[in-house]
Amino acid sequence: MRVLAAMSGGVDSAVAAARARDAGHDVTGVHLALSRLPQAMRTGARGCCTLEDARDARRAADVLGLPFYVWDLADRFARDVVDDFVAEYADGRTPNPCLRCNERIKFSAVLDRALALGFDAVCTGHYARLVQGDSGPELHRAVDSAKDQSYVLGVLTPEQIARSVFPLGGSLKREVRVEAAARGLTVADKPDSHDICFVPDGDTAGFLRRRLGDAPGPVVDEEGRRVGEHEGAFAFTVGQRRGLGLGRPASDGRPRYVLDVSPTTRTVTVGPRERLAVTRVEGIRPRWCGPVPAEPFDCGAQLRAHGEEVAATARLVGDRLVVRLAEPVEGVAAGQAVVLYRGTRVVGSATIDRLQDRG
Amino acid sequence: MAYLDHAATTPLLGSARAAMAAQLDELGNASSLHGPGRRARRVVEESREAVAAAFGCRPGEVVFTAGGTEADNLAVKGLYWSRRDADPARRRIVASPVEHHAVLDPLQWLVEHEGAEVTWLPVDRLGRVDASDVSAAIAADPGSVAFVTVMWANNEVGTVQPVADLAAAAHAFGIPVHTDAVQAAGQLPVDFVASGVDALTVTGHKIGGPLGVGALVLRRGLEITPVLHGGGQERDVRSGTLDVPALAGFAAAATEVAGDRPQRCARIARLRDTLVDGVRAAVPDAVLNGDPDPDGRLPGNAHFSFPGCEGDSLLLLLDARGIACSTGSACSAGVAQPSHVLLAMGADESTARASLRFSLGHTSTAADVDEVVAAIGPVVQRARRAGLVATRDG
Repeated sequence: MRVLAAMSGGVDSAVAAARARDAGHDVTGVHLALSRLPQAMRTGARGCCTLEDARDARRAADVLGLPFYVWDLADRFARDVVDDFVAEYADGRTPNPCLRCNERIKFSAVLDRALALGFDAVCTGHYARLVQGDSGPELHRAVDSAKDQSYVLGVLTPEQIARSVFPLGGSLKREVRVEAAARGLTVADKPDSHDICFVPDGDTAGFLRRRLGDAPGPVVDEEGRRVGEHEGAFAFTVGQRRGLGLGRPASDGRPRYVLDVSPTTRTVTVGPRERLAVTRVEGIRPRWCGPVPAEPFDCGAQLRAHGEEVAATARLVGDRLVVRLAEPVEGVAAGQAVVLYRGTRVVGSATIDRLQDRG
Repeated sequence: MAYLDHAATTPLLGSARAAMAAQLDELGNASSLHGPGRRARRVVEESREAVAAAFGCRPGEVVFTAGGTEADNLAVKGLYWSRRDADPARRRIVASPVEHHAVLDPLQWLVEHEGAEVTWLPVDRLGRVDASDVSAAIAADPGSVAFVTVMWANNEVGTVQPVADLAAAAHAFGIPVHTDAVQAAGQLPVDFVASGVDALTVTGHKIGGPLGVGALVLRRGLEITPVLHGGGQERDVRSGTLDVPALAGFAAAATEVAGDRPQRCARIARLRDTLVDGVRAAVPDAVLNGDPDPDGRLPGNAHFSFPGCEGDSLLLLLDARGIACSTGSACSAGVAQPSHVLLAMGADESTARASLRFSLGHTSTAADVDEVVAAIGPVVQRARRAGLVATRDG
């Protein structure tokens, strides 16, 4: 196959490209320039959006002997991922921009362009496995459970999965680093990327405040009593405990958590931890990685990146996905994805918009 | 493999290679007073004389540099500083907007850090500056002008400027003129004295010489402030131990291209014309940018816009077929920006992004041209499909 390897400048995508080449594919490397104003050097451990990362990607491609290009997707990324991220927070939701990027950029804009240019598939360094099933390729969890990234790929359709190559799903991260060093790739020791690539200093609240401005309002308890003030409701995430800045301790003296965020009324509601528990979620925009399930089905549900999988029953009601959880889960926020699994296979996903049955 | 990117760099001429090889095992710093130093200095000065003969100037007017970018920086910053220091009112630089980044970026730096102001000259749709616009730009306030800089020939679209006319227009006000002749050298009769300019940039690797060596030709008597300070090896204008093998190679290339230029360029121009005709036949709506008159453009240059295509896509597809060409401009991260040259010529942004430059040189063959002509139709067709995808909302 002619394979386009997305190369971020990190160790994973470099080894993935190398393995695709070794598997006999005709591989071309491409670095996606996603930032309109790329920083010259990395700050902290985030590694994909600086000029230094672009150079690292080019160097890896050169070592591997692959043709290499940079594709400028900064405008698409700003519109489809960053603006969407800000708008979601402004509406009181907690989006996962990596899912959005996979859905709209890597496996859409990039894949479409690759196919039009005569490539057959896109290869990335995601830790996930593709397994040939009865009705086509299936998306499965990676062998390395600590690195498994199948959650952020839960938005892919069968058509996108059929055009994907994930060479790292069967390996452990430490094996990938050893292999990178053996291949002479200078990124072998490069730190993993973390958090959100377009918030390089990790200060998401500050990023949102710069984009959305201050919007001070009250922090209230469940009875509606004002217990504090905040500079902007968008800086808070359901389940958050730290940084609430509450002057008065709770009457029972126990820690309080963010239960709800309502930017329209600029209100942040706090309460005790047990009130975070959720046993039922509903989601919009369901995406299926394989056949669309006709009946309610038993599955596992993962409600955030690196979250635990819990037993669940899911069914489609019209275009809404309703998921009943066998046990209560804390720290679930609207805007996050619920990704459904059967065994290690990813069944599909939806964007959570309603939480119910809090304890 | 068809190499059609001679405007980026040219294959080394055999004469240059031999001249360099003869120096690589020799010892000597041209500034040293002993025997090995004298030997090195003799090679340097013979190289200087050869370069001067090739470009129509006196040997004492040649300031060797480590390439075109350094020579342009020296000209732009050095002339600004010397002219401003002599008369603090002279802070205005008159420049064309189609300059190479080696001129544009120093200009921008002077604006941001040194109180300079740039008056941008208009260019026509071929990318050409008119001498009357130089006169008008200076006449608005002659006492404020430090110098004029307009390239001899454009690196993207190949348009040749009326350098002698521009120089005469500036000299009517007593204003010195710099020209970046990096692309013109070897392709056009570049004669420093005949052109009338006061400073001229050339570089080795665009004329079949080695990388990393060039020169600023500087009219005798013209004051210039150094950019590189140190041993003052080059007339106290430029410091740094001279690279003797590179200078020998540069001189050999300059001598060879000055000698065979008419025949070589006539052959290259014929190949270029065949390429242009073939591309137009294969892609009828391809637009040839720059001057359609062969006398008005570099003989090796063919620059097209292919409506509906991204230059990036075209380059990738041609590269995969073993054809090396260029989209014309790139930034450090390799992200293609719409060409500032085409934008200055009045092109819209999509046309400016849809461009591709084929540049021919001394090793180009009819087979190279045939490869491009055979590939360009299907490549453009495919790039158009990709272009439709790229603009569609995902």
